[in-house]
Amino acid sequence: MARSIKKGPYIDHNLERKVLTLNDSNKKSVVKTWSRRSMISPDFVGHTFAVHNGNKFIPVYVTENMVGHKLGEFSPTRTFRGHSEKKK
Amino acid sequence: MARIAGIDLPRNKRGEIGLTYIFGIGRSTAQNILTQAGIDFSVKVQDWSDEQLTAIRGIINDQIKVEGSLRSEVQLNIKRLMDIGCYRGTRHRKGLPLRGQRTKNNSRTRKGKRKTVANKKKVTK
Repeated sequence: MARSIKKGPYIDHNLERKVLTLNDSNKKSVVKTWSRRSMISPDFVGHTFAVHNGNKFIPVYVTENMVGHKLGEFSPTRTFRGHSEKKK
Repeated sequence: MARIAGIDLPRNKRGEIGLTYIFGIGRSTAQNILTQAGIDFSVKVQDWSDEQLTAIRGIINDQIKVEGSLRSEVQLNIKRLMDIGCYRGTRHRKGLPLRGQRTKNNSRTRKGKRKTVANKKKVTK
């Protein structure tokens, strides 16, 4: 079920604070985060996030199209390398 | 012959049902259109007068996205998902279900006809 609109988008507080301070000082640096559950807000556009996938951090460059998605959607947690070749 | 949005409607169906032959119009949208045009739901398509037909055409033209433009909108939405490289986009690319369904078996609608793997080892007990 989708989140109630009344509550507004969910963004982890510390992540939001970090991005806002970056915006204030006009700096761009990679933001390392574990918060896959945070919604990408319009403030995030143009920043690069290193989103944890349980093993390592995947760099995600946020573009305008991504607003409204969650950070975790861009950092896959499973690796599927295909089925084994046919044995002779 | 009632022709709306490039589709021939079946003549001998009730208006409410006949309109659903247009892509993008289901039962409730069809009912909305007919109430707006002031036509009874159970008047058959062949019994619509020319004025009623133009009224229906006008409503569909102005308010509802149907057929080609709707299809292209859907395709654009899918393309956006694929371009931003999110999870749902990659699932679209691979032709697998998007919403977390199991893929060990079933999900044939997305995966298509079964592809049998030759010489697959049988599990023996």
